Amino acid sequence: MKKILFAVIPLLVFFGLLLLLFINLSTHSEVLPSPLIGKPVPAFEHPTLYTGELKTQEDFLGQPWLLNVFGSWCPSCQVEHPLVTALANSGQIKVVGLNWKDEPQDAKAWLQRWGDPYHEILVDYEGDTAINLGVYGAPETFLIDANGVIVHKISGVLTPENIQEQIIPKIKEMQP
Amino acid sequence: MRPLILSLSLLLALLFAGQAAAIDVYEFQNPEQEALYQQLTKELRCLVCQNQNLADSDAGLAKDLKDQVAEFVIAGQDAETIKQYMVERYGDFVDYDPPMNASTLFLWFSPLVVFILGAVILIYNIRKRHD
Repeated sequence: MKKILFAVIPLLVFFGLLLLLFINLSTHSEVLPSPLIGKPVPAFEHPTLYTGELKTQEDFLGQPWLLNVFGSWCPSCQVEHPLVTALANSGQIKVVGLNWKDEPQDAKAWLQRWGDPYHEILVDYEGDTAINLGVYGAPETFLIDANGVIVHKISGVLTPENIQEQIIPKIKEMQP
Repeated sequence: MRPLILSLSLLLALLFAGQAAAIDVYEFQNPEQEALYQQLTKELRCLVCQNQNLADSDAGLAKDLKDQVAEFVIAGQDAETIKQYMVERYGDFVDYDPPMNASTLFLWFSPLVVFILGAVILIYNIRKRHD
């Protein structure tokens, strides 16, 4: 009896491993935790898309804002665009676009086609600020408080779920 | 004999093809800088294709990050500073040689645990056989 028990141990280990891998398969995600949560927005100076006026992080102090990294080359940005629009139109938060590694004329054409919900659009042509923000794919969205501190980050598309469960509660928390 | 030579030269060509693609052109001041650059881009992970290192990746972001690494190397920064720069932005995940801390403890010590477990089972079995 004991011999049989020992014989099935490798088999059990094998199935255990299989189970472990299977669980990992469904829960594994490429989303990385950002080390920037709780830190100030990195310093930047970018022209706005339409007027070319230079803006720095200090121009956004005083009220919470959402920084949405997007590009006309990014299909997923198109997917989340109606949600970004709804959020901006709801008046709950100021929504700023960071146009990442995009040609300004492409960005303008894209916004003309899909609508421009942004209160301001910053042009990060070289991608410097994207690197400083630890951006590794578009879209990414950062929630920043009135003091310029990064409160939350969503990597990948905004969905009705992550807006309701993460963004909105965090915005409410920030209200005095 | 001839097919052998042919297949060997094809193999060689393949090996060099891979290498040629991985070389980027930066103006380093000395061979040490170039070596440091090569080392760093091998040890830093591409965030877009997460199972590739920066050196092997052709993703747009990987190119930007390689430019950044080259710029730092040419400016005379050391490996520690450059890695710190990346980790501050992208987290420990970017480093293929992860530091030991609370969240990577399992990563570092799970092989040891498995080894000890194996040893215990082995010793137990040997003892039993002696009895």
